[in-house]
Parts: sequence; structure tokens; C-alpha cells
Amino acid sequence: MTEAYFDSSYSRRNALRLMVAGAAGLAAPGLLGTPAFAQKAPAKPSGRIVVGLGQEPTVFNPLMVHIEVDDGVHFSVFDALFRIDPKGEIQPNLAVEVPNQKNGGISEDGLKWHLRLRDDVRWHDGKPFTAEDVKFTLELITNPDFRSWRTAGHALVRDITVISPTEISWRMEQVFAPYLSFLTETFIVPKHILEKEANPNNAAFNQAPVGTGAFKWGQRVAGDHLELVANSEYFGEGPHIEKLIFKYIPDLTVLYTQFKSGDVDLMGQPYITADHYEEAKALANRVVTLVPKASFESFYLNLERPQFRELAVREALYAAIDKESIIQGLYYGVPTPTETFMPRQAIYYNPNLPAHAYNLDRARQILDQAGWMPGRDGIRAKSGVRLSFASSTTSGDPLREQVQQFLQQTFSQLGVEMKISNLPAAVMWGEFWQQSQFDSVIVGSTYLIGADPDVTNRLHSRSIRTKGGRGSNNAQYSNLEVDALLDQGVRSFDPDARRTIYRRVQELVRRDLPFLPLYQINAVQGNKKGISGVAPNVNTRTESWNALAWSWAS
Amino acid sequence: MPGFLLNRFSQSIVLLVIVSIIGFTVLNFMPGGPLAQFGLDPGMTQKDIERLAEQLGLNRPLWIQYFDWAWRLVQGDWGHSFRDGTPVLAVIGRHLFATLLLMGTSTALAIAIGSWIGIRGATHRYSLFDYCATIGAMVALSVPTFWFGLVGIYIFTLKLGWVPAGNMYTIGDGSVPDYLHHLILPSLVLSLVHVAVWSRYMRTATLDALSQDFVKTARAKGLSERRILLKHVVGNALLPMITLAGVQLPSILTGALVTETIFTWPGMGRLFLDSLGYSDYPMVMGLLIFSAILVVLGNLVADILVALVDPRIRLS
Repeated sequence: MTEAYFDSSYSRRNALRLMVAGAAGLAAPGLLGTPAFAQKAPAKPSGRIVVGLGQEPTVFNPLMVHIEVDDGVHFSVFDALFRIDPKGEIQPNLAVEVPNQKNGGISEDGLKWHLRLRDDVRWHDGKPFTAEDVKFTLELITNPDFRSWRTAGHALVRDITVISPTEISWRMEQVFAPYLSFLTETFIVPKHILEKEANPNNAAFNQAPVGTGAFKWGQRVAGDHLELVANSEYFGEGPHIEKLIFKYIPDLTVLYTQFKSGDVDLMGQPYITADHYEEAKALANRVVTLVPKASFESFYLNLERPQFRELAVREALYAAIDKESIIQGLYYGVPTPTETFMPRQAIYYNPNLPAHAYNLDRARQILDQAGWMPGRDGIRAKSGVRLSFASSTTSGDPLREQVQQFLQQTFSQLGVEMKISNLPAAVMWGEFWQQSQFDSVIVGSTYLIGADPDVTNRLHSRSIRTKGGRGSNNAQYSNLEVDALLDQGVRSFDPDARRTIYRRVQELVRRDLPFLPLYQINAVQGNKKGISGVAPNVNTRTESWNALAWSWAS
Repeated sequence: MPGFLLNRFSQSIVLLVIVSIIGFTVLNFMPGGPLAQFGLDPGMTQKDIERLAEQLGLNRPLWIQYFDWAWRLVQGDWGHSFRDGTPVLAVIGRHLFATLLLMGTSTALAIAIGSWIGIRGATHRYSLFDYCATIGAMVALSVPTFWFGLVGIYIFTLKLGWVPAGNMYTIGDGSVPDYLHHLILPSLVLSLVHVAVWSRYMRTATLDALSQDFVKTARAKGLSERRILLKHVVGNALLPMITLAGVQLPSILTGALVTETIFTWPGMGRLFLDSLGYSDYPMVMGLLIFSAILVVLGNLVADILVALVDPRIRLS
């Protein structure tokens, strides 16, 4: 298995650029215009790479509500102020440096932000990029008529001031450290084009975007593919290929077949299905690797159900889950067992959590000790509550359905009744999920937003919708210490302090088991052997986050 | 004629209204709705979802949403896709060519092959050819098209390597031979069912015409069988086929849902499936009305053609 941290030439060069930039003295960003050390590869961009996708990218205004497959286009056509590298470190992109309290970019009280921007960036139409574009972007996101994707964080921004074309500042309504991470996914759009549009939701720009990125808009054949072409004027590294093509192939078997046949050079979302993993590994002239994703699969419980209120029940169920058999027997060995919501690759990951061990005897013992005794029907009960519950997941997912049947059998040996009650995706993730109407759910989800460790939305008691909250704490988990830690975490900009905080959060959540963590999801990614520069990044949702660094070996 | 047209026009309007009401209602009762897909997006909060519902007008009572949509449609505004904000008609326009190419080819193939099989089956009744054609038609009608599609890909692409596994053309090529090469398998697979239908109808119609008195007269005149067939039989046998073609006309523009998906064909059928998957209401409604209009038009054209071709029928 290949682990996440591939050394990409991209991040190395970027780091190098940073170091030299530091030496040159950042007070004079003008000196940095296309510096010698960041020269483009000598050869002209050549060749093309076809990325196969199972869903069609259709939203090209990066600020509008969109889905994962659109991300690859946004990362290629646009730039954000910062980029997040595979190690989870934030690097400057349109901004000259990453602001923090030490370099004065963020004030001591955490409320005032001050950014310096590059002066050598041009839009694809030749107009210069300036601080006005940044201001326009941040204001558009919170425009009540605009169908923006995410407003969290942006809604706290006040008094955006353009100091000069390369300097901008704003004030935050409250201290919010995750905002820096959010900005790595906030792509800057051109003011000079969008300000003329009466309705930004239907702007022509949205179907023929103009960005600052390494690739320019080429052409799109709706329902089929999208062609981006190299931006030879790009201010950073790359691009090394002439054309970047996103090809839409809705049937996953056909998608894989076209990867085998060579029509597709690089497999994008949803990647190669687990059942093809063994076969794909053996393909000639293909590189097929397991790439960790930020999402993890869990047996998610509704803690307000009387069956699950007691920790002993949750511990017993957890001990009764044979993760290894599920992973090897049902998932072709693809996922990796986990104890937490935090991806192993994150700097905030807590490696010291107690390891899960499958032990039915221990599970029985825990239930016996807690007073859950088998009734006449063989099902355990305590104070009139039978240990019987429903398990739901998206219907039509054969692997998860097999997991359910497997668990149903194990749990029944324990005297626990689990009924399977699956729903179509649209029903499942609507009110049923959001209003905590389930007993238990098998779900794969990502807790982090843009790699920031803040999980307030998932685990803070303020985020329980049935109790008046507006987040996604659908397990209805409530722990005062976790609440306090989460509140503290968003106010701190110090990575070391935050690491301590979020490690403790993981410890508490592992102890309380609001969900039984199963495994971190790995994608079976693949590309043709001659492509270099592909660098999986657990902190982004797309494989195409650094297409600017891809190239064909000559 | 004007009276007939007016009558048909008013009927069509009523039909379209009914179709749109049923479509709109069923669509909105589909659980989940356009925003359910964002329920698992870690970046979006409940607040974001509520805001989008407000912006898309999903919070309004259903009947207001319907009248709003219908009123705009009457004024020629088909609305904008929920997914990317593109005008519905523009999206339809982008997918029409692919579908027209695929469905046009397969329908033409079906009519040509089906008519030939049907006529030959009728003139050589109870021959080996006739039996094979009958059994073949039954198989083609009872086995789902996607099965033929998958088997076709397996044999002709994976095993023999004769044709591509799908796509309308090779990216970067797109020459006419390239299009044709990609067209072979899906159009043949799609035409199978239609060949079956056409051959059966054509066989019956030909048999019917063959038993007519004018055929006896022609024979008595001493005309050759070939001349009788071409001059007297086929023309008459084709009359009922015009109606059938009218019924099939809409599918030339609305596409094939499953076949387009299997063959990665960027046509209208797949657009419909995708729009449904995203609960893109304006898109789905637009496609629904578009096909309803085509059905109405197809039948109308067939009726007029039949009346023009067959002087016995009067449009009164």
C-alpha cells in the first residue's frame, strides 16, 4: 500500500520559492515577479491528460454551490489566496505570505487580517489581478442573492479595505482560526467581468470562466468532456501539459474499462471500484495505488435512543465488530481501520487512541455487567428497554448491505437485535438524517473543512438540530468538555496549542463513542505510468488539485 | 383543414397542461429534493442549505411554484438549471445533436432493415426466413436493450477490438470516419427493438395488402410479382406505418436513457437521467414538456401525412 505523502516537485519548489522569498525580504513583493528560481520547465507544455470522472463537472463559477468533481476544474482554472500542500501546511498562492500573529498578518487579538498579494498575476484575458478582485470575491460570497457554496467564516468578515492593488485588510466579527483553511478553497474571481453582470447566478462567465490559474478555459462538449488549455503566462510553476481534459463517463464499469483500454489517462472520482483493485494493480503500464481520503466510515448512533444512551452498550457493540474480517472479506482490503474522525495524515491526528479489538466474550461481559440481560426471546433488555434497533444506509450499496448482514449475525450472537432498514439516498440524507430520526446509520463522511481540525459542526452540542442548533451533530452527542475544547480551538492560531486541543477531543470522542469508528476510506487511484507529478492530497477533495505539476515523461 | 388543426391544437394544450401538472407534482413528491445531496457536504451548514432553499424558491407553496414556472414558460422562459444556472433550452440544445445522430441513425436502420424483413417475411410466408425473423423479433423484443449493449461491448470491443467501448468520438479526433466508427455498435443495438417492431408491423401490413382485390387485378393484368410488390403492395402497406413512425418520432429527439449511459453517449436520455439524479427540477420539467410537445407534434404530423397520402381519409 502506498501512503499519502508523496514528495511532489510542486511542494518542494514551492517551499524553495518561499525560502528565497523570505531571504529577498517580503517587504518588496515587486522584486518577486517571475523570479529565476521559479522558472517554468524549459520545454513548452506538451501532450494532454484525460481525467475520467463518474459525474459531470457543470459548475465553473468556483464560488457557487457545487459538488466534488467540479473542484478539479476550479483548482486548475483559478487560484486561491493560499494552497494547502499534501502535508497539510498552508502555502501562499495569490498572497505573498501566509498571515499569522508572528508576522503581523493577523493581529494579536486575532481579529484584524492584513494580506499582501502578488503583483505579477494576470487574468486569462490579460487584465491584472489586484486586491479589488479579492474584495469583490469575498463580498460576492455573502451577497444574499448569490447562490454561494459555503458562507461559514466568510459571514464573519467585515470592513474589507483595499489599501493598494497588492494589499488588503479586513476585520473578523469574532476570532475564527479555521478561516485560513477555508481560504485555501476560496477561489478568487475577476471583478472586472462579474461586476457587469446583473444576476451573478446566471452569468455567462459561469459557463466560460476566466481565472488566473495554470489552465485556461478551452471548450466544453456538454455531457461528454471539458477541455482546458495551458496558460503559458502562469505566474507559478507549470503547466507542463498542453491540454487537460475532464471526461465524463457515468457508468463506473465503463469508466474502468476506458482506463484499461487507455482512453482515460488518469482515474478521477469516484476512482476504481474496490472489486477491481487486485486486477488493476496487475495492469501493464499503469500505476495503481491506495490513496487515503479525509472521509471515514462509521457505525453512527442516535444517542437519544434509550438503547444507546448507556456507554456500556456502545462499547459492547464496538467490541463485537470484526473490522478486519469486514475489510478483508468484503472490502477487498482497501480501507484502513481507524479509531477517529481525523485522517491519519493530518497533523492533528492522535496516534495514541486505544486500539479496537474484536472480542465477543468481552462484549457479552460488558453487557452482563451493565445489567442488560437476555429476555425470553433471547434479546437482551434492561429496565424495559430491549436491545433492538434499526440500521439504515443508502439502499443499492451492495457492500454496505453486506456489512449490515454481517453485523446483524454477530450482534445476534450477543443477544442484540439489529433490523436492516435501508432508504434511497435522497430520503436517507434529508430529514431522516438531519432531524435524527434514525436509530443507527452506516455512513462515510468527512468531518474536517478544508483540512482545518475544527469539528464544531459535527460534535458541538450547539450543532444539534433537534435541540435548536444548526449544525450536523445528528448523533446528538453532548459533552461539555468537548464543547469547551472546540470553542477554544477555533480561537487559537497556534498549531501546537491546537494539536493538543484536537488530540484531546479525539480522546474524549473515542471514549464516549457517539459513533463506532470503522475505517478511513482509501481511494483506488490510478494513472498511466508516464505521468509524473501526481500527488495525492488528503486535504483536498480532488485528485486534480495540482494538475499544474503534471507532466508526461519524455 | 384549419378546423382540424385548431381542434388538435386545443387538445394538445390541454394535454400539455395535464402532463406538466402531473410531472411537477410527482417530481416534488420525490423525497429529498435538490438540496439533499448537500446533506453530507462537510463544508455546508444547515444555514447554507436553508439559504439555498430560499434562493431557489423551494420554500414557497407548491402551487405557487407551479404557476410561477408555468407563467414563465408561457412567456417563453424555460427557466435555468438548478445545477449550474444555465438556461434550460441552452442545455437541451447542447445535447440535441448527439441524440439526433444516434437516434436518427438507429431509426433509419430500423426502418430499412425492419421493412425489408417484414416484406420478405410476408412474401415468403412460413419459410425458414419467416420463422427465423419471427423468433428473432420475439427475442429482440423480450430481452432488454442494455443487455444487448453490454454483450455487444464484451464481444466487439473487449474480445474482438473492432469498435470502441463507447463515446461519440475520440477526443482530439472527431473526424467523420471517427464518428461513424463510434456510431456502429450503439446504433445497431438501439435499432434491434425497432427492427423487431417494424418487421412485425410491416409483415402484417404487407400480408393485408397482398390479399386485396387490386393485387388480384394486377396479377390478372399479367404484371410481374416484383412490379406488383413495388408498385401496388408496398405503398399500401406503408400507410399504417406512417402512424407508427409518428409515434416513434419523439424518441429521435428525446434519446435513449439506458443505452446512452452504457455507451457514454452525451445525449438527451442521459441528460434526463442526470437531471433526475440531481433533482434539477427546471431541467426535468423542461425535458418533460419538450418530449410532450414532440409527442403531440409527431402524432399531428403522422395524421396529416396519412390524410395527404390516402385520399380516403378526410380531415374534417
